[in-house]
Amino acid sequence: MSEIKKFLYVNRKAPYGTIYALESLEVVLIGAAFDQDVSLAFLDDGVFQLTKGQNTDGIGIKNFSPTFRALGDYEVTKLFVEQESLDERGLTADDLQEVMYEDEDDDWAEKPSIRIVSRSEMADIMADQDVVLSF
Amino acid sequence: MKFGIVISEGPYTHQAADTAYHFVKSAIAKGHEVARVFFYHDGVNVSSRLTVPPQDERHIQNNWTTLAKEHGVDLVVCIAAAQRRGLLDENEAKRQGKDASNIAEGFRISGLGQLIEMGIQTDRLVTFGD
Repeated sequence: MSEIKKFLYVNRKAPYGTIYALESLEVVLIGAAFDQDVSLAFLDDGVFQLTKGQNTDGIGIKNFSPTFRALGDYEVTKLFVEQESLDERGLTADDLQEVMYEDEDDDWAEKPSIRIVSRSEMADIMADQDVVLSF
Repeated sequence: MKFGIVISEGPYTHQAADTAYHFVKSAIAKGHEVARVFFYHDGVNVSSRLTVPPQDERHIQNNWTTLAKEHGVDLVVCIAAAQRRGLLDENEAKRQGKDASNIAEGFRISGLGQLIEMGIQTDRLVTFGD
């Protein structure tokens, strides 16, 4: 398994209400062990997965949003968020939590993992992949 | 062509497992290889051998079990998703101290690594879900 493929995990659902977001993150974490070229996309209600200040006390479901901040340690450093999906939901980049990674090619400088892209850029990103898993 | 299949919705509620079944049968009939089918999210419920649909309805679990027998298709059920939803094979039932197991013949329980591996090793990964 020396071949490296480009994997894109597409997150389209809100973090709670259904299990898709959590079980997507579980695939990403397991998949990180396979040394592939991994990207995550957040669009439609999926953009809510990255919002900051999530509190699930009232619904008795685990708040898994801090896990996104650990993705950098798994060398998962490309989180693409669709601008139009944010706009349609009245969200801005300021509503998203900070997710950072250390760039080993740049003296371990801390850099943001989240990149906001337009819908047409997102289409290009998708077209560029070998494997797209949609959740 | 070598296909990998993901089924991510439950049987009868959703057509995903049916459509995937017809896709896999057709692909094999046309000479393609289906290396593996991976059941995830509610898709794991397809693997329950306690499934008893009305007699005039299709039997989704039996369809897959037969397909596995006839064509050697590897049917893999995600262990984490399965355990959440009360689906255990004999080993897991024993390990978890449960009095019964319910995974049908032809299916096997394994980890998410099998999904990633399938993405790496096949030419196309096709998801049937929502």
